[in-house]
Amino acid sequence: MRIALFVTCLADTMFPAAAKATVLLLERLGHEVVFPQEQTCCGQMHINTGYQKDALPLVRRHVRTFEPYDVVVAPSGSCVGAVRHQHAMVAAGDPGLAARATEVAARTYELSELLVDVLGVEDVGAYYPHRVTYHPTCHSLRVLRVGDKPLRLLQHVRGLDLVELPAAEQCCGFGGTFSVKNADTSTAMLADKMRHVLDTGADVCTAGDASCLMHIGGGLSRLRTGVRTVHLAEILASTEA
Amino acid sequence: MSTFLGMPVRAPRGVGHLRGDQSFPAAAKEALGNSQLRRNLQHATTTIRGKSGRVIAELPDWQELRSAGSALKAYTMANLPLLLTQLEEKVTAAGGVVHWAADANEANQIVTDLVARTGEKRVIKVKSMATQEIGLNEALEAAGIAPVETDLAELIVQLGEDKPSHILVPAIHRNRAEIREIFLRAMPGVDPKLTDDPPVLAGAARRYLREIFMRTKVAVSGANFGIAETGTLAVVESEGNGRMCLTLPDTLITVMGIEKVVPAWADLEVFLQLLPRASTGERMNPYTSMWTGVTPGDGPQNFHLVLLDNGRTAVLADEVGRQALHCIRCSACLNVCPVYERTGGHAYGSVYPGPIGAVLSPQLTGVEDNASLPYASSLCGACFDACPVKIDIPSILVHLRNQAPHARTEAAVMAAAAYTMDHPRLYASAQRAAKLARIAGRRGRGLPPPLNGWSASRDLPSPPDETFRDWWRGR
Ligand code: SF4
Repeated sequence: MRIALFVTCLADTMFPAAAKATVLLLERLGHEVVFPQEQTCCGQMHINTGYQKDALPLVRRHVRTFEPYDVVVAPSGSCVGAVRHQHAMVAAGDPGLAARATEVAARTYELSELLVDVLGVEDVGAYYPHRVTYHPTCHSLRVLRVGDKPLRLLQHVRGLDLVELPAAEQCCGFGGTFSVKNADTSTAMLADKMRHVLDTGADVCTAGDASCLMHIGGGLSRLRTGVRTVHLAEILASTEA
Repeated sequence: MSTFLGMPVRAPRGVGHLRGDQSFPAAAKEALGNSQLRRNLQHATTTIRGKSGRVIAELPDWQELRSAGSALKAYTMANLPLLLTQLEEKVTAAGGVVHWAADANEANQIVTDLVARTGEKRVIKVKSMATQEIGLNEALEAAGIAPVETDLAELIVQLGEDKPSHILVPAIHRNRAEIREIFLRAMPGVDPKLTDDPPVLAGAARRYLREIFMRTKVAVSGANFGIAETGTLAVVESEGNGRMCLTLPDTLITVMGIEKVVPAWADLEVFLQLLPRASTGERMNPYTSMWTGVTPGDGPQNFHLVLLDNGRTAVLADEVGRQALHCIRCSACLNVCPVYERTGGHAYGSVYPGPIGAVLSPQLTGVEDNASLPYASSLCGACFDACPVKIDIPSILVHLRNQAPHARTEAAVMAAAAYTMDHPRLYASAQRAAKLARIAGRRGRGLPPPLNGWSASRDLPSPPDETFRDWWRGR
């Protein structure tokens, strides 16, 4: 299958490992990955911070960039959520654009959705010999409803010791600009998330969103816990050398 | 009924409890440092989430009930003028008197005048959000009338000269030691040997309130539902103290927000299943009191219904925001909210805290008066899933953020960022610049304001050697 990568601005700039892993994983599974160069950012930060007008050109760019492709994948539940649930709303003043946005959204998948629902694989042939706990990010969980798809993928990874995260469905406190505008509350939420991660005894905390992992990982690193965060795509892309 | 031309009125300033003295982040910061508050909230919200989750899981048709509740509310809002007029007719026909209050000041004036006309100097109160919203207690006190809250938690708040911090459990921020202290200090005639054993505390409140119930001739209540078809008002509660107020006095004055009207008696079938399970985690609430006007020889012989707008019509005018009027005040969204669980209700500065407060208060007052509230959420979506009438709170939050006034520097930065993102060349050089800046200068912990909120508690990731884009090009 020919799959267009919607890399997301955060993974492109700060977490290229997650994006590379997405490419290598899909290629290993026998698919062709293309990277439309005109893409930048889906506009989620602008939309969620109250700047819909500024986000409109970004929505237009996103639609134009990904329109030619039958399947689009992003290693981010949150950005796919914005495409699926916000783009048409931002474009409401331009019905033509809104309709096109809706069509692109219908062909855009978060990585675990693409693997399980579209490509029909749960065992991607990965090997990752670590104790891992999975944090279901809010937008994967409640906006996209990916359910247990990421867990099913992880359960098939050889060598991986999957441990359940207590109070997993509680928000980690990231919330985009929330983490800056309400830094204290965000940190209080993070403290509880980190406590639960540490309680599992895992050495790796994984998720489908680089943004939440940046926040959780930033906290774990500040406290020198020795627990690291790794994007789901990187685990799934790992193989026995 | 007053008629309005042009934009409907907002809740007026200087009266009632819809605006805080501080922004949410500032108030939250104080609350977060209160370890007793944190512990109480965590315990209370975790307990109620568990209880509610269990009884909701018993109902195979919970999702259908939610949809029915949502549809009934949408129908009601679309037909509000008609339904309110119908309610007025039915209440009047049953011997009640209906008053229309455009805002908090009018409502307070109407109630104060009605009480003054009875010559009584004290009223007993059923727990009510609407009367808290308009600051009725303060208005009554200013007129020399003593209001006595009879809901146990509301009484604790009143005696403690405190503010409610939860819709349903107003004293959720207090523990039993604090409650004992408040009772010893402020409850007339309390036994000085009072312990902090919960049944003992409840017993003390019961003895105090019984005396008051027997000797007070006027009651003030809110209403959970007002049925247009029959003119029946309904109050649901757990303690029975509300029932005392609704049945013992000669005069009953009910203040009801105009959005609380429901079309028909049969609609209660839906709401009375949704409300107790979502709010207290009970299959059925212990007391459901209903009354239709006046019944000769039984219960209050004078009944007044005050229909309160106070900004609600303005909310109704907003196509996205109007969903907030569907709220049945169950407080499920508070109990599942990770922000509320940590900050408590006072940080929201309004009688309506938590997720519903973050979307309702700014709409009632106008967003400029509560500009920080739409941002008091990580948009995690737990509230939407929990809401028994399916109010899409995250979407309303995003909608209100778009209406909120923005600081000029922030707006400039956001516009510049959007411009950069819309020009791939600029975007690529911004990526490189960000990397260089990181490597050159700020490898340490600090970031300049406002980003120092991030670096105060979180390390920044090490900059990658190349962006994904670079890697792709070099393949
Ligand atoms: S918004 Fe929904 S969940 Fe929150 S109090 Fe109202 S009805 Fe309950």
